[in-house]
Amino acid sequence: MTTTMTLAKAITSGLDKVLETNDKSLLMGEDIGRLGGVYRITDGLIDKYGEHRVIDSPLGEAGIVGTAVGMALRGFSPLVEIQFDGFVFPAFSQITTQLAKMHARSEGRLTTPVVIRIPYGGGIGSIEHHSESPEALFAHTAGLRIITPSNAHDAYWMIQQAASCQDPVIFFEPKRRYWLKGEVDTGTPALDAFKAQVVRPGTDATIVAYGPLVPIALAAADAALEDGRSIEVIDLRSLSPIDFDTITESVQKTGRLIVTHEAPTFGGLGGEIAARITERAFLSLEAPVLRVGGFHMPYPISKVESQYLPDIDKLLEALDRSFAY
Amino acid sequence: MTRAATEATEPDLIQILTPDGQRQSHETYDAYLGDVDDDMLRGFYRDMALTRRFDQEATALQRQGQLCLWVPLRGQEAAQIGSGRATRRSDYIFPTYREHGVALTRDVSFSEMLRLFRGISGGGWDPRENNFHMYTMVLAAQMPHAAGYGMALNMEQRGWDEARRAKEGNAVVAYFGDGSSTEGETHESMVFASSFNAPVVYFCQNNQWAISVPFEVQSKVPLVNRAAGYGMPGVRVDGNDVLAVLAVTRWALEHARSGKGPVLIEAVTYRLGAHTTADDPTKYRMSEEEAQWAPKDPLIRLETYLRDNNLVDDTFFEQLSADADAMAAKVREDAMAFPVPPLAKSFEQVYAEAHPLIQEELAWHLEYEAGFADAAEGEH
Repeated sequence: MTTTMTLAKAITSGLDKVLETNDKSLLMGEDIGRLGGVYRITDGLIDKYGEHRVIDSPLGEAGIVGTAVGMALRGFSPLVEIQFDGFVFPAFSQITTQLAKMHARSEGRLTTPVVIRIPYGGGIGSIEHHSESPEALFAHTAGLRIITPSNAHDAYWMIQQAASCQDPVIFFEPKRRYWLKGEVDTGTPALDAFKAQVVRPGTDATIVAYGPLVPIALAAADAALEDGRSIEVIDLRSLSPIDFDTITESVQKTGRLIVTHEAPTFGGLGGEIAARITERAFLSLEAPVLRVGGFHMPYPISKVESQYLPDIDKLLEALDRSFAY
Repeated sequence: MTRAATEATEPDLIQILTPDGQRQSHETYDAYLGDVDDDMLRGFYRDMALTRRFDQEATALQRQGQLCLWVPLRGQEAAQIGSGRATRRSDYIFPTYREHGVALTRDVSFSEMLRLFRGISGGGWDPRENNFHMYTMVLAAQMPHAAGYGMALNMEQRGWDEARRAKEGNAVVAYFGDGSSTEGETHESMVFASSFNAPVVYFCQNNQWAISVPFEVQSKVPLVNRAAGYGMPGVRVDGNDVLAVLAVTRWALEHARSGKGPVLIEAVTYRLGAHTTADDPTKYRMSEEEAQWAPKDPLIRLETYLRDNNLVDDTFFEQLSADADAMAAKVREDAMAFPVPPLAKSFEQVYAEAHPLIQEELAWHLEYEAGFADAAEGEH
């Protein structure tokens, strides 16, 4: 059955499905109960499932993730919400030293299937610490899986796939796309959450994007068509692991690759993708892999954030450079 | 740093066995010692002596270069045996990295425990077998886990009345130290546990020193006073008195188990040795202080009590000493014989589910290593 819904509503519906089908699952976070979360992603779920499964937690991110680890050790499957990207750092130690390593430290005996939902990214005209993209900091940590949907259908299914995964999953939600409407087929599961997807086929160059920038990449591909360039767009979907096979296959066909993310270019996932693709498809490349990302600065003040964020023009400029090489 | 402000609010110290081995009665806690007979008393001494002997052997193994590190517990045996023996096997324990005595009460094999320190495992034992979690090196990281585990127990026990909870319910013990008491996660854990009435007993072994920093730097007030700030009861107990620790922990577990929420216990003890084998206490504390604590040794006072009451004779100690030596020899032998798992094993343990990067890197690693084997063969 196909329904039109916003990306936000698709996550809500996905969470509803998780709570309905797994009685060991529960939601926890700041303001997620009565209020339904600052973005209302958990709206209405406390009424349906009760305070013991939709828990308004005290205000402490280390406590939220740390108690979720404890619950998981007892056989529960918590899905916790961190209110904003820039607020995850008090929980950084719990995520990287505890959650990520529990399976390895216990020699595979213990699993901690915790899902951490984090609204991320900028472009919403907000104040500091509300617009960040910290995904690379987590991708560098073995033991975690990191996924991010870019559309409603994926959001509905990927949150469920995250919940059923035995490894800890960080689920980055592209907050500026919460209100993006799309068709959700609740009868047909999305592609495996840990695979990339070609969302627009093309022959002349490849753009890899994820989360909030996928619609931008698609728009850039449309614009490039006016110049007679056929651009393939890949929605990465999974940031750890990264589906290098899908990217490699595309680049072997197109010969050119642009990787874009809102996170700073330096030390970002674009660098990892560039290096891997250079190794895997060196002889297919017609130009160096180019990156279009944020600058090496704290996320800027909102009045100038549009000059910081990758947009259609920056992608077209990068395509020009790639084709000119 | 002044102590004047804190002395005014100095809380009671629960004590059953005085440092000179005299048993006192206590109106609240005697009720929690009703079943303690002569055999149990001898058993507690035996537990403490075996733990100390193990600790001594592990320290020696480290000094001989056989362990990466060792974390001695000498002086804290009563706090650990008393609290560990108060738990039910179905209760879950989150230790720090120094709970070797608690481990003994949970039947975690001493040999297995050395796997972590020998550098052949990131954990060492199966936490599920003994409900005794892995050691945690990141200070206080285990504290919110304990609160969450307790919250999970509450979910399982929803709708149970107090009587059923007291009988069948489980509880959690979160061990920590005076140093960890400062960590934010300790605070957050206590807030969560208190707000959600989680059945958690917070057991602090205040051994007076966080490596080289004295307790006064961690807190201007006695640690137990903090309990009031979280809305939970707090009890201060002589941590070198195995009977008092047993009684107080039993009371606390009963309180937590029956649904009344968490409890904080401060067991006042003293780390007679170094923080770890990498530490040198002569650089930061006076030998006079160590001399002051030496007569309060938990083993000495129980030995005095046992001898004064004719519950043991020399044969008991001779036999125990022989058993302890045999145990130590076995532990040493086991530790030296542990096979070193290949790095390939580590790849398998990173994720629970198949992961393409792991598979790719493992394949590369195996091929690379195999190249050396082929080269070696070629030389013959």
